[in-house]
Amino acid sequence: MSTETALFSIQNLTKHFPVKKSGVFNNQKALVKAVDGISLDIAEGETVGIVGESGCGKTTAGRSFLKLIEPTSGKIIYKGEDITNLKPGKMRPLRAELQIIFQDPYSALNPRQTIGNIISAPFEIQGITPDGGVKKEVQRLMERVGLNPEHFNRYPHEFSGGQRQRIGIARAIALKPKFVVADEPVSALDVSIQAQVINLLEDLKREDGITIVFIAHDLSVVQHISDRVVVMYLGKIMEISDSNNLYSAPRHPYTKALLSAVPQADPHIERTRERIILSGDLPSPMNPPSGCVFSTRCWKAQDICHSKTPEMVQVGQSQVACHFPE
Amino acid sequence: MTSLLEISNLRVSFPTDDGDVHAVDNLSLTLNAGETVAIVGESGSGKTVTSLSVMGLHNPRSTKLSGSIKIPDGDQVIDVVNDDAEKVRNMRGRVMSMIFQDPMSSLHPYFRIGKQLAEAYLVHNPGKKEEARKRTVEMLDLVGIPEPAKRAKDYPHQFSGGMRQRVMIAMALMNTPRVLIADEPTTALDVTVQAQILTLMQGIQKEFNMGILLITHDLGVVAAIADRVSVMYAGNIVEQGSADDIFYRPMAPYTVGLLNSVPKITYGEKQRLQSIAGQPPSLINLPSGCAFSPRCTYIENAPAGSCAATLPDLVGVSSSHVSRCHIPESDRPQVFSHVAGGK
Repeated sequence: MSTETALFSIQNLTKHFPVKKSGVFNNQKALVKAVDGISLDIAEGETVGIVGESGCGKTTAGRSFLKLIEPTSGKIIYKGEDITNLKPGKMRPLRAELQIIFQDPYSALNPRQTIGNIISAPFEIQGITPDGGVKKEVQRLMERVGLNPEHFNRYPHEFSGGQRQRIGIARAIALKPKFVVADEPVSALDVSIQAQVINLLEDLKREDGITIVFIAHDLSVVQHISDRVVVMYLGKIMEISDSNNLYSAPRHPYTKALLSAVPQADPHIERTRERIILSGDLPSPMNPPSGCVFSTRCWKAQDICHSKTPEMVQVGQSQVACHFPE
Repeated sequence: MTSLLEISNLRVSFPTDDGDVHAVDNLSLTLNAGETVAIVGESGSGKTVTSLSVMGLHNPRSTKLSGSIKIPDGDQVIDVVNDDAEKVRNMRGRVMSMIFQDPMSSLHPYFRIGKQLAEAYLVHNPGKKEEARKRTVEMLDLVGIPEPAKRAKDYPHQFSGGMRQRVMIAMALMNTPRVLIADEPTTALDVTVQAQILTLMQGIQKEFNMGILLITHDLGVVAAIADRVSVMYAGNIVEQGSADDIFYRPMAPYTVGLLNSVPKITYGEKQRLQSIAGQPPSLINLPSGCAFSPRCTYIENAPAGSCAATLPDLVGVSSSHVSRCHIPESDRPQVFSHVAGGK
């Protein structure tokens, strides 16, 4: 797929957060390189999973896709139009098509608003009156996500975590968006409830053709729901792979280590497999290693890995940023 | 007493203005040396309450406990439920100790970690400061902290999440306990760090021949390190057996539902997840009979009305495997999504 045919495309996107360095005479500002030059083309109707450990920049990436965080540099292209520098007023009509579902269903809903008000807010903001009136449409949406429409006048605290996440989803799909970023939508939920929400997202994707960017740290959830999986590490993309291929043929050493670390609900697999134990912790994004960012923890690293940043190359069905792909 | 820990008929409830919250109901469990027993369940199933009761960390004024929790200490046996608090305190940290979920909030931010570790030793060995210092460095080294003598002088905020959890494990091991209770020890950690910690726990278990009681909601972690598993739902054990029994031959509809809800990393065609409808019940107002019956898809396989009428007993499927269900064994649901493993 090329940038021209993609529904949503980002090119060389970076987001650096300035932080003050300590010290009396040192007024220099340090930068946390949360997202450091990522490029990605997303086709219409596709579900792209972004996976990585905490601090890898996946949430910052997701938010800057929608310009909820202004990117430091790079381009965001939606439907062929460069939206990187659009003013908020120009951006507003587009917001109807670009939506987000948040991680924590407890803090994403205003506790003093009824569910009806929360789900109808998008109509009010965009000045849209749906056929049959707002209330009818909101009740239809509630039914769509598996909530009882009679609970229209209830407040968020009267709902469980899974139901609140459904409210967040109803709000996000109210304006029939084309592109939804789901930021860890199931990680706060129990296993049995998590499966309900994953199934709901899959139904929405199938029936309404919504393009989804699914961000999560849980590799098995991401692999389950996505068509393609993007593996991030320290603000950079390590590997982009077809989700079915990722498990059978991981190309990047980091992907391989990540896959080997995910515990699976199957004692037989667990007893027989070799875990790749990565030594050490994630380096600081303020001072990332030179060359390949993963080189400090990689068992395959050679001299070139410490000095030269690897380019994205095509290996089999994956794109991978590694000097020595598998 | 041959086992390290014997819980029988434990009931825990919290009286509130709206009625009693029945957190744990009639739980029995044993833990042997060198063995890992996992308690799995979703939030509110009573697993953490169980672990706190074993440590004697419940608040005696707001908690009603009955049954017994017996732990042998030398030639005597202490009952955490019925013996007085002084005896339990004398044993806590020495015979049994605990690792908590959140390593950030379980270490004191104002004190150097060396001091916090030494304190755990000094409580049971008063005055032996030099030994405590030596032991601190030894334990930090054992859990894989580089330059342990130097790092003992650091504060908790100078460690990463995974390193902090290692410090917590070192602290729990200061008096070489025989029972280690791990309450969601890796839930706050990233998967690669989780793999490090699980490997560390298994190594330490072998070295000290410890019994580990693992509390978790993560079936993957259970499959990785547990020998035996108890599945809890709304305060009751619904199924108990070896790890293979639970994962390959589950008999309780709830266990089957739980296993079907977990997405598995697959090679080919993906199957739709089979979720459990509805949500866990309120512990104040439990459904009559089997607490899972309102969410159970297989209820019509049971004798009419039996599920709502009485809570089924834990019945043996084999010598090591018990489950709680009214449905005749031949009509119980199967796990459908297991692709690999399984015999």
